[in-house]
Amino acid sequence: MDSQYIDHAMVLAGILFCLGLVGVMVRRNLLFMMISIEVMLNAAGLAFIAAGSAWGQPEGQIMFLAVITLGAAEVAVGLGLTLLLFRHHNSVNVDQLNQLRG
Amino acid sequence: MQQLWLIPCLPLVGFLLLVLGHGRCSRSVARLVGVGSVAMAGLVTLWVALDFYSAGAAQSYQVQLWPWFNAGTLEVSFGLYLDGLSLSMLFVITGVGSLIHWYASGYMWQDPDYQRFFAYMNLFVAAMLTLVLADNLVLLFLGWEGVGLCSFLLIGFWHQDPANGYAARKAFVVTRVGDTAFAIGLFLLFRELGTLDLPTIMALAPEQFVMGANRPTLIAALLLAGAVGKSAQLPLHTWLPDAMAGPTPVSALIHAATMVTAGVYLIARTHEVFLQAPDVLLVVAFIGLFTLLISGFTALNQTDIKRVLAYSTMSQIGYMFFALGVGAWNESVFHLMTHALFKALLFMTAGSIILAMHHEQDIRSMGGLRRQLPVPFWCFVIGSACLVALPPTSGFFSKEAILIASWQLPGYGPWLWLGGVLGAFITAMYSFRLLFMVFFGPQKAHPHEPKGWQFHPPLMILGALSLVAGWFVLPTATVLPASPAGHPPTWTIVVAIAMPLLGIGIAYKVYVRHQWQGLRFVQWQKLRQFLFQGWGFDGMYKRLLLTPFTTLAQVNRNDMIDGLPKLLIQLSRFLHGLFSQLQNGQLRFYIATLASAAIIVLALALKVL
Amino acid sequence: MIWAYLYNIVFYASCGVTVLATILMISRHNAVHALLYLIISSLSLAIIFYLLGAAFAAALEVIVYAGAVMILFVFVVMMLNQGQRSVVHEAAWLPASGWILPSVLAAILLSLLLIGMYSDQPLPPYGVHGVAVKEVGIALFGPYVLVVELASFLLLSGLIGAFHIARKMPSHMSSNTLEEVDHG
Repeated sequence: MDSQYIDHAMVLAGILFCLGLVGVMVRRNLLFMMISIEVMLNAAGLAFIAAGSAWGQPEGQIMFLAVITLGAAEVAVGLGLTLLLFRHHNSVNVDQLNQLRG
Repeated sequence: MQQLWLIPCLPLVGFLLLVLGHGRCSRSVARLVGVGSVAMAGLVTLWVALDFYSAGAAQSYQVQLWPWFNAGTLEVSFGLYLDGLSLSMLFVITGVGSLIHWYASGYMWQDPDYQRFFAYMNLFVAAMLTLVLADNLVLLFLGWEGVGLCSFLLIGFWHQDPANGYAARKAFVVTRVGDTAFAIGLFLLFRELGTLDLPTIMALAPEQFVMGANRPTLIAALLLAGAVGKSAQLPLHTWLPDAMAGPTPVSALIHAATMVTAGVYLIARTHEVFLQAPDVLLVVAFIGLFTLLISGFTALNQTDIKRVLAYSTMSQIGYMFFALGVGAWNESVFHLMTHALFKALLFMTAGSIILAMHHEQDIRSMGGLRRQLPVPFWCFVIGSACLVALPPTSGFFSKEAILIASWQLPGYGPWLWLGGVLGAFITAMYSFRLLFMVFFGPQKAHPHEPKGWQFHPPLMILGALSLVAGWFVLPTATVLPASPAGHPPTWTIVVAIAMPLLGIGIAYKVYVRHQWQGLRFVQWQKLRQFLFQGWGFDGMYKRLLLTPFTTLAQVNRNDMIDGLPKLLIQLSRFLHGLFSQLQNGQLRFYIATLASAAIIVLALALKVL
Repeated sequence: MIWAYLYNIVFYASCGVTVLATILMISRHNAVHALLYLIISSLSLAIIFYLLGAAFAAALEVIVYAGAVMILFVFVVMMLNQGQRSVVHEAAWLPASGWILPSVLAAILLSLLLIGMYSDQPLPPYGVHGVAVKEVGIALFGPYVLVVELASFLLLSGLIGAFHIARKMPSHMSSNTLEEVDHG
């Protein structure tokens, strides 16, 4: 069988997720953080697809649908917030947004 | 007797009017309400008394006004009970009370809190009347606490001075000790007899209790503790001298004539219980004896005119307890009545003197006042004569009867009699010392006698009553058991009459002629100091109770028990500080933390760690 | 056989492109460049989806990610309009030392994931099975209709939320908001 494709797709999902995580942790620009989050969501979607494909069932794609819906909504709201913050602070550096510190 | 309920209600209405109309009506209106309500109560008492006598002597009258509360088998109602004993008390309270109110309306005229004063006084009278008219012990306890409250309020009436507030608190707390015992006694009584209704208790006590058994003894002892606290007897007497911080009419009404005799009334009222506990009765007699002797000696060395009278009051109430203890129930109540008259007279006269001396109370700065203050002088003479039981004043009749009864008591009788006679001697000494120091000798001040219809008439009426009250017959014989029959030897009576005269003679020698100064203990400063401070009871209580308590409080000022919760507080503060550091507002730091947590969880799940 | 060979080549090539594009994406200083790499990454991921037999998901990936989401990002980049300044900022914000800790964390996480993936108990035989759009559609509007509803609500609330958040406030309100943000 060609189960190695599924396995490798899963590995790819893990690699993409970790790369996205590195991006989120490294970047200070809110815009880049959101792009990295998109990568992480993509990775999760890939995992769902691979699993769905492994069992030949549609649930994987349905969950992928849910993931991209979530991603789209998140991007819409998150970018709105980015714009708002940029308007108020004239910056998209999240390190400056630390007014909630304890 | 349908009007009985009016008697406690009238002063209560007066109190309500005065309180609700506070600051809204003039002094004259306040005076009218304050004095009028008590005087009206007095008139209603007369009316009720007429009914009572016309219906025949050997009777009682009980009326249930409305139920108060029910709890299990305990049913307590607002009920009034009238018999010879309570009628006698009614006369004392409303009669003497009206005269004192009348006098107070002049005495307190300059006071800015005139209305508040009369509100408290009326509330006091209402509570006292509730106390004596109650048909059950719970209602009696309500009145008991009510008079305690009013006593507290009135001792601290001039609350601007912290010392007065201290005296008020002291009176309240010390009497509370007795009241607690009283309440426990009530609980026990209810457990034993299943009722707190007074007539029922009186009927059940002889049947249910075995004479001298533990239970009636315990109950009687607890009731006695309550009576001792309220009546300022040993060992709970320390509050009364300090209670003189209140206005003088208050001292006359509450701390001489009525409230402090409530203990006597309580014992007389529950005499059936006490009769089942002969040991406690003996204790009553000895408490009375020691109180009358100790406070007599103390009075001999006081310099404040009101404190002399306060110790004298304790001493005379000691006589009442003494009489109760030896079984002279009627004589005790009779002495209560005569004492109320002449002690109120003495206090009000003292009030006039204090006003005349511009609120000077030290008798050493008085002297030779008899010419400037003739009316107070003669009233004081009458009061003192009654106090030392000179024949034929009222005090003679009551005290003589008590001494005769004490002689009759089998066993300790003669010893008690001896103590009582010694007390009579001391009484003569201190009261005529007071009289001589205030009214005789060189004149040291320039008094301005208060005159007017509020000052002299009440004094004169009380003086006349004090003189003739010896011939009154109180209707208590149908309620209380008779004193032991028999006649003591004639010499005892002669001695009892002679002792006061001897005391007066010695007082004359010492305080007018200034001879025999050794009797003033001039050489023994420590003894004088000891007597002056009332035999060191305050110091003893301070050392026995207050100092250990405050020491413990000092030791525990940081509240050891609270240590554990405080440790928790410290811990949570520390953790708060720690976690606040984590809450640094750095989004990327949060994400890194999240990733680390994910790693740890994943590692744990995969059993890598 | 040739098809399997070709399949192999395309699959692993796509995997490599995806990883490479993503690495480049997260390290770019210019936002537009990063977005272009994200598009490449998404497109190659779509190819992988297709190869795994999920044609519907591949189409969605292209439409939604490489299409709609990317347009949103581009809009925002335009609205921020920082030009060369942002590139300078990014260079300053990305010191080489900043990469160490995240990389280490991510490496540990990845190794844990791989350990988890390969240390599992043996599975029943599995392989690549295509799932046709028809099946997905039947499942979506059959037992998973609630997912569709939830997704629609989520998108609606995202729409409204984005509109509300990002609209220009009247001057007095925006100044209030500014104060809240600054001092709150």
